[in-house]
Amino acid sequence: MQQVFKRPESLKDVQTHYCPGCHHGTIHRLVAEALDEFGLQKKTIGVASIGCSVFLYSYFDIDVVESPHGRAPAVATGVKRARPDSFVFTYQGDGDLAAIGTAEIIHAANRGEDISVIFVNNTTYGMTGGQMAPTTLLGQRTSTSPFGRKQDTEGYPIRVTELLSCLDGVAFAARAAVNTPKNLMDAKKQIKKAFRYQVEGKGFSFVEVLSSCPTNWGMSAIQANERVGKEMCDYFKLGTYKNTANF
Amino acid sequence: MRHDLFMSGFGGQGVLLAGTLLSHAAMIEEKNVSFLPSYGPEKRGGAAMCTIVITDGEIGSPVIGNPSVAIFLNQASLDKYGSRIKPGGVCIVNTSLVELDGFTRKDIEIIPIPMNAVAVQVGDARMVNMVAVGAYAARTGAVSLASLAEALKETLPERNHKFIPANVRALEAGASRCR
Amino acid sequence: MSKRLLVRGNEAICRGAVEAGCRPYFGYPITPQNDIPEYMSRVLPELDGVFIQAESEIASINMVLGAASTGVRAMTSSSSPGISLKLESISYMAAMELPCLIVNISRSGPGLGGIDASQGDYFQAVKGGGHGGYHTLVLAPYSIQEMYDLTMLAFDLAEIYRIPAMILGDAVVGQMKEPLEPHPRPSRELPPKDWALRGKGDGEQRFIKSLYLGDGELEARNWVLHAKYQALKENECRCEEFETSDASLIVTGFGSAARIAKTAVMMARDEGLKVGLLRPITLFPFPEKSFATATAYCKKVLDVELNTGQMVEDVRLSVARDAEVFFYGRPSGTGSLPTPEELLEQIKKHY
Repeated sequence: MQQVFKRPESLKDVQTHYCPGCHHGTIHRLVAEALDEFGLQKKTIGVASIGCSVFLYSYFDIDVVESPHGRAPAVATGVKRARPDSFVFTYQGDGDLAAIGTAEIIHAANRGEDISVIFVNNTTYGMTGGQMAPTTLLGQRTSTSPFGRKQDTEGYPIRVTELLSCLDGVAFAARAAVNTPKNLMDAKKQIKKAFRYQVEGKGFSFVEVLSSCPTNWGMSAIQANERVGKEMCDYFKLGTYKNTANF
Repeated sequence: MRHDLFMSGFGGQGVLLAGTLLSHAAMIEEKNVSFLPSYGPEKRGGAAMCTIVITDGEIGSPVIGNPSVAIFLNQASLDKYGSRIKPGGVCIVNTSLVELDGFTRKDIEIIPIPMNAVAVQVGDARMVNMVAVGAYAARTGAVSLASLAEALKETLPERNHKFIPANVRALEAGASRCR
Repeated sequence: MSKRLLVRGNEAICRGAVEAGCRPYFGYPITPQNDIPEYMSRVLPELDGVFIQAESEIASINMVLGAASTGVRAMTSSSSPGISLKLESISYMAAMELPCLIVNISRSGPGLGGIDASQGDYFQAVKGGGHGGYHTLVLAPYSIQEMYDLTMLAFDLAEIYRIPAMILGDAVVGQMKEPLEPHPRPSRELPPKDWALRGKGDGEQRFIKSLYLGDGELEARNWVLHAKYQALKENECRCEEFETSDASLIVTGFGSAARIAKTAVMMARDEGLKVGLLRPITLFPFPEKSFATATAYCKKVLDVELNTGQMVEDVRLSVARDAEVFFYGRPSGTGSLPTPEELLEQIKKHY
């Protein structure tokens, strides 16, 4: 009998701690599939960030180093420069990458470090209990914007992919989502493209993946999934923002 | 024998180069040496100072409160540090730029040398530092003139080696003022 | 004997690091240690090494973290305010047991302070300046030769004990020039780096982390780290004793203060005073036993520091119960570097 679907080698056969309806598990799978398809598992060093995805090493069967909050691109820079033959990616949330780690992501991108960044944007600080993030949408209620985010006092949600795509050091930048089968297939393609950049030594690659957070949004899994499609995809437009090698 | 020297002037007079030269000369003579560029309140006002200790044995402190010998290349240096010289010590002064009238210490030996004029005489006004170092070496015997001449090769960048003969003349001119 | 070179302390550190096999350097400009990144930016590319001037102190220490996690010898350097910024990640590296070298050519503070030689960072360096309770190995060179030798030693001990190591210097030992006798790295048996990340290859997954949430896990980790600090105290204390055997008063201090004090001790001896110098070279582990032994017979200790009193606390904890400890401090700033003559006065005052 032909096997048509199986767990990726790069993913462990364990249950995750993620909440029902959270997209992390799905995004993990896409990343693991991409690692498998390029045959990268044995030479990969993942950089885990602070947030719900800190347990990267519990779910991926690859070497992993933990990074302090926001510093994953700097840690990945050190790893890649010390071991240029390894495949290095970071997996960061929006609090980690777009707030406390703004300097590190901008400068790793600007140096054109030969690393790949998976940026999971769920418009909130998930692990700490749903506080306002730089990507929190206007009007969105969080535990630290209880009356809804207001541009007058809290500013605007940051579109990181657009921001980074302006930098000459960035070779590939795209935004994807996994809320529908079509978007999921596209997300897989974008992650694969990003990895191909590093595999071929073509420079810094970046994929933002919109994600749900039903628990902190106070929604059911289905409602949260719908919010990604309606509200988030409206503000954070999906697509390829930079693709210097035309993959 | 232990020699300590405090040298002070303003930026551009070659104080730090002179210190490096003395250090290299001491090393040629297989002595120990420390060369400490000093910090003072004028560090942003262009003052340059250094302390050099040359010994056969252990250096100990690279910082000296009351130096045995001081070289003052400008007025501000003498005014500020003249009182610190150890009683019985030596004060070598660039009288081209320093007025000695107000300096009344009787417990030290004062060696006045118009260093700018001497430097111009031997060919280049920029060699005030060499005149000073030559005088210091001749007066104290901390290092020999031959070692200083040799040390110029290590101290000056390759592109400036053509100036070594002129620098040696300046060292000798300074030394002749102390013989 | 190899030819002696006239180099400043900051360059001696670089030469020691390169000789020790350090190839990636990550740093950020700050006075008075800029000679270090400048030297490394010239030299490392020729050696197929890596030099990155990072966007911040924080980024540079995290680049060290990443590089160190792969098992290579990596370093960063900075000065006091910059070290403060690096502390979060130094805590991580202590928890992760990652060897590396951090150089602090410290400057006067607090705040922006000044750029003069200072020892105001003793507490920060030896007490685990960051969060959570940890130590780094701290070495305090007082000559240009020691800047070179202790840098090499720091890399070795860091690997043997899997601990971040720090060189704590200041503008005097950083900017001063003295003859340096370079020599090859002394051979030393080093443990295999079976923890280093290289990609799992055909083996088991490896990961390096500091997060422990299971019942009792983190407590156990802390006891493991504690045992390592005890082993360091047992095996790696280093100090210099000068004329202490018959001393009636022992002067102590570290780094540049000890260097100045040594001349004061020599001057006191010239005047017939029985004075010695006990100089800790490792600040962590602190040479407690040497102080206990020395003060079994010499009951007066004068501690000299370029601050208002930091190491003196460790001295007081280490000396014999009936020993008196005096303190003389000059918190640093322009014109505040003590002189040997000044320290001689203090010696006479307490002798």
